[in-house]
Amino acid sequence: MSRLKKSPWMLHYDASSCNGCDIEVLACTMPRFDIERFGIINTGNPFHADILLITGGVNAQSAQVVKQIYSQMPNPKVVVAVGICACTGGVFKDCYNILGGVDQVIPVDVYVPGCAARPQSIIDGVLKAVEILEKKQEAREHA
Amino acid sequence: MKTIKTMGGCLLFLIPVLAGIPLVGAALIFLIQDARLRGFVIYGTVALMMLACLGLTGAWILDGSTPWLLYTHTELMDHLMQGIEILLMVFIIYMSFKYKRRWVSILSILQTGLAFWVEYSYPLQEATHTQVDSLALLMCVICAFIGGLIGIYSVGYMKSYHEKHRGVIDRSSTFLALLFVFMSAMFGLVLSSNLIWMYFFWEVTSVISFLLIGYTRTEEAIENSFRALWMNLLGGFGFAVAIWLCAMWNHSVQMDQIVSSANPMIIGMLCLAGLTKSAQLPFSTWLFGAMVAPTPSSALLHSATMVKAGVYLLIRLAPALNGTICGTIVSFIGGFTFIMTSLMAIAQNDAKKVLAFSTISNLGLIVACAGIGVEQTVWAAIFLMIFHSSSKSMLFEAVGATENSIGSRDIERMHGLILRLPKLAYVMGIGIAGMYLAPFGMLISKWVALKAFVDSGNVLLVICIAFGSASTMFYWTKWLGKLIAMHKPHTPDPDITRKDEYFSMAVLCVITILLCLLFPLLAGYVVNPIVLSLFGATTDVLSMSELTTMVIMVCSVLIVPAMMFLITRMAPRDIVPIYMNGINVGDNSHFIDSFGEEKKLHLSNWYLRFDFGRRRLLKPSQIVAASVLIVTFAILLGGVLA
Amino acid sequence: MSRTISLILYLVLAPFIGALLDGVDRKITARMQGRKGPSLFQPFYDLVKLFSKQMIAVNSVQLLLNCSYLVFLAIAGGMVFFGTDILMSLFILSTADMFLILAASSDSSPYSNIGASREMLQMMSYEPMTLLIAVGFYLATGSFRVDEIILQSSAAIWMMPGLFVGFILIMAIKLRKSPFDLSTSHHAHQEVVKGITTEMSGPTLAIMEIGEYYEKMLLLAIVGLFFIHDTAWSWIIGIVACLGVYFIEILIDNVCARVNWKKLIEICWLITLLCGGINILILMLI
Repeated sequence: MSRLKKSPWMLHYDASSCNGCDIEVLACTMPRFDIERFGIINTGNPFHADILLITGGVNAQSAQVVKQIYSQMPNPKVVVAVGICACTGGVFKDCYNILGGVDQVIPVDVYVPGCAARPQSIIDGVLKAVEILEKKQEAREHA
Repeated sequence: MKTIKTMGGCLLFLIPVLAGIPLVGAALIFLIQDARLRGFVIYGTVALMMLACLGLTGAWILDGSTPWLLYTHTELMDHLMQGIEILLMVFIIYMSFKYKRRWVSILSILQTGLAFWVEYSYPLQEATHTQVDSLALLMCVICAFIGGLIGIYSVGYMKSYHEKHRGVIDRSSTFLALLFVFMSAMFGLVLSSNLIWMYFFWEVTSVISFLLIGYTRTEEAIENSFRALWMNLLGGFGFAVAIWLCAMWNHSVQMDQIVSSANPMIIGMLCLAGLTKSAQLPFSTWLFGAMVAPTPSSALLHSATMVKAGVYLLIRLAPALNGTICGTIVSFIGGFTFIMTSLMAIAQNDAKKVLAFSTISNLGLIVACAGIGVEQTVWAAIFLMIFHSSSKSMLFEAVGATENSIGSRDIERMHGLILRLPKLAYVMGIGIAGMYLAPFGMLISKWVALKAFVDSGNVLLVICIAFGSASTMFYWTKWLGKLIAMHKPHTPDPDITRKDEYFSMAVLCVITILLCLLFPLLAGYVVNPIVLSLFGATTDVLSMSELTTMVIMVCSVLIVPAMMFLITRMAPRDIVPIYMNGINVGDNSHFIDSFGEEKKLHLSNWYLRFDFGRRRLLKPSQIVAASVLIVTFAILLGGVLA
Repeated sequence: MSRTISLILYLVLAPFIGALLDGVDRKITARMQGRKGPSLFQPFYDLVKLFSKQMIAVNSVQLLLNCSYLVFLAIAGGMVFFGTDILMSLFILSTADMFLILAASSDSSPYSNIGASREMLQMMSYEPMTLLIAVGFYLATGSFRVDEIILQSSAAIWMMPGLFVGFILIMAIKLRKSPFDLSTSHHAHQEVVKGITTEMSGPTLAIMEIGEYYEKMLLLAIVGLFFIHDTAWSWIIGIVACLGVYFIEILIDNVCARVNWKKLIEICWLITLLCGGINILILMLI
């Protein structure tokens, strides 16, 4: 059972990030870290994606967007919150417009802390997410 | 002269009967003001006309399928025609003075005068006036069946039309009567073996077209109808000059004699007439203008039959065009028109305009084929003519019905028509598929044309057809894409298309598909004999195995999606909203903008107006075509004078 | 008999070889960019995954149209491998492409709509060249039929070098390679989200990808046709040429930036006129 493990495609969404984590996510796709060697592609399209990678805390405006994008991804799917803001809201936690971490809106499977999260830990988080994806697929097939 | 072998003289009446039925029908239609009764008269006339046409065809086949040449003595008819010709001239003069376009009357006076002078001053050999052969019969069948179906359609259409256009005075009885007079004239035109008769019917069709275009009597309609009139009269003038030259040099105005003698000046003049009638560049503008008329006239006159009269004449002349300067120029103009008008069609969003441009470009292809004038090209030309007539009239009908229902013929407004007016969308889809998709008829004919152009070594036409079919593909596909958009409408559009309209469209649909499926039979029993009778020889342009492959392909085009439909219907799927960056309101047609407000999503096709627009391309292409024509006639004239 | 075998082989093997070549493409591309790149069998993993995903769709006809796209591509390719008419096959190829455009248009969504429009433009750009190539084969070998073309005494490439250059160009469009990947793009590229494939997901997308593998093999077969003649070693040259052309396409992909639609049409039509038109003219004159 390694159907998903070898080809997880991801969608990167910036909920309200300061771009710090975004740069690190992009760094993962560059030659130095080359995330594609795991078969991972940054698709930019929920219809193709298996992993939703979100940077930044969710605010009033992005909450609906996150929900909708998540609903447009085919099952099985996992969510990775990258950076401390996406995990908990971070330093913006009590701002008037911030709802908090991504888990306030959609279920999060992997939390990757850091400000900004380092590429190594992002890749690590994504690979952890792939394991969860695999489990979800098995559960889906049993059901 | 050939006489009819078996059935005796009674067959002589078939031709007057065929031409007479629509004429009598027209008179009744004109007189009856009750719409319901008028409808029944039209259905009856159409049925009788179809029967008469079948009768004529059947009798001709039973007689051995040899050309009949009939009616040598026709004084009464000749005088009647002369009388009508004078009436037409007076009518044109009256109209041109009434609408202050006096110079148009000059053209009419010139040509009618010339024709009369010829008839009274040159002694002509005694000869027949009508001719029944396979090409003429094919045109009759097209006119009777497709024309008849359009007649049936127009009954319902005109009712809806006047309900929607309250501002236009209801003169539908005149309109419908004119349609049938036109059909009668068309039978006369294709069955004439004699230029003088042909010229008479030619003029009648020009005037009827003028009247139908001007039906709404708006400023635009009058402007366009006069444009159509003067261009067609110019062609008619060319026709009259050809008659004069023929009478002067040959003492005969028989069609077959013109072809065998192949005098370049006469042929050139007749080609000019053919080019104007089939709206080739530089005379194309009248056909776009003709689109202001109610749809039945566009379907009947401006796509299925009248414009085909021009190419019919050119196909008749084709054996004489092969390898001559006239032939080269005609094929150049045809190829040039094909590519330029199909490029210009890209920039149109008015459905009828697209159909008009596509008609001109397809006619261009037929003209190019006729201009090359060898067996294969004429084979392709005849196929193009058959397929074009059925698919295009169906498309026109569907567009007309859609316009009545949704109040617009803008292709942009047809977004998601498949959910709004599904039946009309299917008809339109089949028509469009028939126009350009492999392996439907039009494409196969294009294939044959391409092959024939290559064989005749004409690199320019090969390039024209390559680029022309690419742009053809573009404008049809984007239209088809609009129709198929699965976009649920907020307010449903009531389908006010009447039963007789649907009947007509359904029959045309079946005909279009059957024509593709019966391609090999059509080739063997219809087109090959025509080519044989024109050239005295025929070549199997496509071998039987190729033809059957194509039929299999047509089947697969119909079967594959149907099969896939059945298979994929089983597949469970969850419907989600379309991707709009996560700001889809949920109904797939609104999104939330950056101010948090709902905005309507508007999807549009590409029209590339600045690159392919009429404004940019029309003038230069007219100038090119016109200068080519002028130079050609200068050369021809030089040849005559020298 | 051999024709039937080659047809069956094509229908069965084309997706596999196509996918493998895609893997090679991704590997080479990665190496050109100084990356390690995915596994050679990555396209297979992708396909297997796509088939195992949930079936979501935005309407009910998309899958149907995509399946038709696949079947028509298989028919078009099958015609070439069965040795029948090449011109007809290219016509069917356009019909197949039209089904993909309809699938995208049926979504009625902004990105697929732009993708569909651009795909139509791409079609308009390469269509003249495909017709001219078929005509070129006919002039050079006297037949449109593939089984007769491969029995010539010399390779067609000597007669039609201009058309060959043109074919490399339009192959870049058909394979969605970089200067011309306007409507959608492969691998990690993104253009108007994913263009025509934006709303296709899971199995629907997989079917489209398989269709593209059939198309790829068809295009490579046409490359082979330029070289194959009646000697046995010409087949080896043909295969080497296919690989060479494929490498050139990958190279073009990696060294070119995307052009806009206007440039696309200008480049394609100009090259078609220059390379194709002149080559055809010469073929007609000799």
